[in-house]
Amino acid sequence: MRITCKEASRLISLGLDRNLTLGQRTALRLHLTFCDACTRVKAQFEFLRRALASYSGSAENGEHRSDRKR
Amino acid sequence: MPAPAIELRELESHRRALLRFAMAQLRDESHAEDCVQETLSAAIQNAERYAGDSSVRTWLIGILKHKILDHFRKASRERIVSLSDEESSLDDFDALFKQDGHYVAPPAAWADPEQALTQREFFEVLESCMDRLPKNTALVFKMREIMGIEIEEICRELAITANNCWVLLYRARMSLRQCLEQRWFASAQSARTR
Repeated sequence: MRITCKEASRLISLGLDRNLTLGQRTALRLHLTFCDACTRVKAQFEFLRRALASYSGSAENGEHRSDRKR
Repeated sequence: MPAPAIELRELESHRRALLRFAMAQLRDESHAEDCVQETLSAAIQNAERYAGDSSVRTWLIGILKHKILDHFRKASRERIVSLSDEESSLDDFDALFKQDGHYVAPPAAWADPEQALTQREFFEVLESCMDRLPKNTALVFKMREIMGIEIEEICRELAITANNCWVLLYRARMSLRQCLEQRWFASAQSARTR
């Protein structure tokens, strides 16, 4: 079951919000083993999630934006 | 059991940080100020509920998150989030892909993304990339990624389908990926590693 990069990009995003079905997981894993572009996109989507976590974390600590005065 | 004492002055000292947190999600000063004011009022009224096992800041942020969520709820009731065609379709990313589903221009490798997380300028770029997202796309993305709300709850709050929700999140991620690549990572090599 071959999927394209376009389909892979959707599954990568979907996988961040719910568990993929076995079929989806298998297809995606297979695709990623030979596709560098999608492997990068996957890492970048995951990075985006970490960036947002640390964005809200740093807002929580009052550490970002230029107006800090402490 | 005596309640841990929190003084008014101590609560006030967190106002700026709370405002910053609220601004990050609401992007509207007067709404952010309202949420912070409600948070501080609630904290004063419920000071005896502060258990003292987390920092006052963390406790306040917890209250603030609820206030922000209330605000999202109210906003969604008022304008009954109607999705523009642009937002509910996946078509406009088609230009990124060739007929056979491969990328026209494969996404670039990003140099040292972890290091970006230590730079304030990176978060300013991230913020401005988020500001460019269509309103509902940004709302759903922030509820999911900043507030950490599960899809089912987002759908319920905004009265949209799960499919709408995933489309919006996909759109947000694809747009932000592109925006960060252009505005941070592409220039990072040349400008910032001097």
